[in-house]
Amino acid sequence: MAIVTTTKGDMDDSLLEKKEGIIDNDNETTQWVEYWLESELVHRSVHMTLKRNVAGEAVAQSLG
Amino acid sequence: MANTQAMCTSFKGELLVGHHNFGTGVVRGSTAADSFKAALYLASATVNASTTAYSATNEVSGTNYTAGGVAVTFGTAPSTSGTTAFVTPSASITYTTVTLATAFDAVLLYNSTQSNKAVSVHTFGSQTVTAGTFTLTMPTNDASTGLIRLA
Repeated sequence: MAIVTTTKGDMDDSLLEKKEGIIDNDNETTQWVEYWLESELVHRSVHMTLKRNVAGEAVAQSLG
Repeated sequence: MANTQAMCTSFKGELLVGHHNFGTGVVRGSTAADSFKAALYLASATVNASTTAYSATNEVSGTNYTAGGVAVTFGTAPSTSGTTAFVTPSASITYTTVTLATAFDAVLLYNSTQSNKAVSVHTFGSQTVTAGTFTLTMPTNDASTGLIRLA
């Protein structure tokens, strides 16, 4: 039994339907978890790990 | 011996800590590191390499999200390896117990000490969050995967 923060306040997870998944691509790995109360989404959290950074190129231009 | 044309690696690292100034500079009150923040942007926004500073236009909004986003911790000073200078936040960027109902797909890192000037834009698959937490975990801080690199 665990307490889940939802749009309806804190709820016991035994009252909710849990859905979760992982999406992995070249840019990021995303883990998501949803809790549904009947047909209503009441909680969705996302944990994402970034893989692709941004790089600036520093160039020393040739002379002449 | 032979000479080799190059951008000095030390210079790249020194750019990340404000040692060089080729134009009109910034008067700093101390040698302390600047403060940085991370703001989330809607999938319909246009933040990119042309973005010069934080703007609330098309920033996400919702329960428990404060305009401007959250503080970013750079607990490890910039460093160099090989010919690359790099720096990465030392902690995950976390938006706790938020509801962001409109899809978002980008985070802007910006310098909140220096007039909110933009640093970098990072995009990802479109997300929504409902009474939950959005966590961005940082890549390994090295020359090949560090979040911000000058190669």
